[in-house]
Amino acid sequence: MDTTAVASRELTLSQAINEAIRQEMQRDSRVIILGEDVAGAAGRAHLGLVDAWGGALRATSGLIQEFGPERVIDTPISEMGFVGAAVGAAMTGLRPIVEVMFVDLIGVCYDQIINQAAKMHYMMGGQIALPLVIRTAFGSRGDKRTYGGGAGAQHSQTLYSVLAHVPGLKVIVPSTAYNAKGLLISAIRDDGPVVVMEHKFLGFAAKGDVPQNPYTYPIGKAEIVRKGSDVTLCGIGRMTHICLEAAAQLATDNVSAEVIDVLTLAPLDEETILESVQRTHRLVVVDEDHPVASMARDIAAIVADKAFDWLDAPIKTVTAPNTPVPFAAVLESEYIPNAEKVVTAVRALLG
Amino acid sequence: MTNARSTWMLERMMLIREFEERLKQLVDAGVPVGAVHLYAGQEAVAVGTCAALREDDWIASTHRGHGHCIAKGVDVRPMMAEIYGKVTGTNRGKGGSMHITDVTKGILGVNPIVGAGATHAIGAGLSAKIRKTDQVCAAFFGEGAAGIGSLHEAMNMAAIWSLPVLFVCENNGYAQATPVEYALAIKDIADRAAAYGMPGEVVDGQDVMAVYDSAERAVQRARLGNGPTLIECKTYRYYGHHQGDNPLRYRTAEEEKNARDRDCIKRFRRDALSRALLTDEDIIQIEGRVKSSIDEAVTFAEDSPTPDVAELYRHVYVG
Repeated sequence: MDTTAVASRELTLSQAINEAIRQEMQRDSRVIILGEDVAGAAGRAHLGLVDAWGGALRATSGLIQEFGPERVIDTPISEMGFVGAAVGAAMTGLRPIVEVMFVDLIGVCYDQIINQAAKMHYMMGGQIALPLVIRTAFGSRGDKRTYGGGAGAQHSQTLYSVLAHVPGLKVIVPSTAYNAKGLLISAIRDDGPVVVMEHKFLGFAAKGDVPQNPYTYPIGKAEIVRKGSDVTLCGIGRMTHICLEAAAQLATDNVSAEVIDVLTLAPLDEETILESVQRTHRLVVVDEDHPVASMARDIAAIVADKAFDWLDAPIKTVTAPNTPVPFAAVLESEYIPNAEKVVTAVRALLG
Repeated sequence: MTNARSTWMLERMMLIREFEERLKQLVDAGVPVGAVHLYAGQEAVAVGTCAALREDDWIASTHRGHGHCIAKGVDVRPMMAEIYGKVTGTNRGKGGSMHITDVTKGILGVNPIVGAGATHAIGAGLSAKIRKTDQVCAAFFGEGAAGIGSLHEAMNMAAIWSLPVLFVCENNGYAQATPVEYALAIKDIADRAAAYGMPGEVVDGQDVMAVYDSAERAVQRARLGNGPTLIECKTYRYYGHHQGDNPLRYRTAEEEKNARDRDCIKRFRRDALSRALLTDEDIIQIEGRVKSSIDEAVTFAEDSPTPDVAELYRHVYVG
């Protein structure tokens, strides 16, 4: 009997995140979580009111009952201050997980992420470890008025390229409940700063089998999630699911698309992407981010540089346009890459 | 006040002064040491505060951080080597003057992003509280930081969580070339403590004993779990903002002279002698030790090797 199968059950991505945090907090008393309303109703336990919120995507629900307000810490609206506090705590013996509600808010704590967390180990000549996890929700749905759509230009962004840009930060984008749990556990056990990007829509919509026991998933490793031979589709986060949809459509036309889930943006697993392109000779990178100075173009540039001789066609990118994320459903729907756009790009490559 | 403590205080202040004066000579002579922000004039703040701290307590420092590091016990040889960009430096030559750190001495970083260190200090305070140690952290910042949000966020969170933190404002009158009276509508930054629900005190930052007394009270509060304190030390930097700055473009020679008349080292030396805490002989010995320490530091820095180029690629990621 496969005990793994017995001990796994279906969870959403956010539930998998919750389980990863819970298990790591059980395992290591140095792990704490802090952020805005990671519990909610702070200080109201005497009225019988606790855990009113549970984080932006409810991924920290229930943790305060188990670990108490000393380790599940609601903060004031002070991202610069509490991300900085997490950096200081990480330098002095704790392993904080800090939640920045939405990646759109990194503007107010960017210094702490790019100047402090990312560079501390390097600037200090390796004197300190900085075991810090920054979790943040990102992205837009774009085609339905459910959670994660219709949040407008300042609550729907992707922005991971401005994090991956900075040396010293690891940036991961889980796409399934399974890899979310494993990647987050790896992030918590990592001695350096890791940014975990949780897609707002996938948080509730990505459901899958998740083993009950703790397990790690390697940071810095992309995964081939569908084998193919005619073209490589590279997806990030929710775009991996879009790539899989596109690959299924292409299969009906006898086009065999390989799909790579990038998973870690920094350090990027160039090897897996290059190896795939050497077999398929074509590449389409699909990214929910703006195109300028983006991961999509960075991956395209790396492949152009290192695998040019293997390519039978120009590299294509399918990205959001260079506009802010719009509000109206019809506009947002146009904004986000979808399977049709990917299929069109692939057909253009195949001639 | 014992002889030993007086000796320590005077020696540390003089060591900082000598370090900075020597560095200025080296810079003026064209030794390429990068950007340096000299602490001369403010020694009583660093030394008075650190005199109240234990070895396992922490400090978070600023771009003008040499004095804080020396006061907290960092060896001046690797400090000087760091400023010279040598591999024997505190940070293997990868930080420079603005990032000198020795974590074994409780330095949480010398941080040139104004206000950032205060947030790290509350993180250390949170860590002490959660790990149930009685360590405290002192966050040094200039009056220029009184205008930045991170400081307010840090002070508010330190207060609501009763964290063991000292917020030590070194009001030296100038943020680069901007005078404090232009940048703030209030006379005393310590007044802001009330807005966060913590005690605030104004201290003569040229009086090391006054700084020490105030810091000692704040440390006791912090260790007992009674939360943070804001201490504003009125002080003065003798030189420009950095090595290339001529401060007479924004302040008068008369003001500089008046400040030097209140010099913290001269004052403490006078007081210690008159109260018989130190003798002339003690002071001669201190002067000798200080001079040879700095001579050694400069020789050590000059004789040390530069980093191997492979060092460029090390420590990007942890582990």
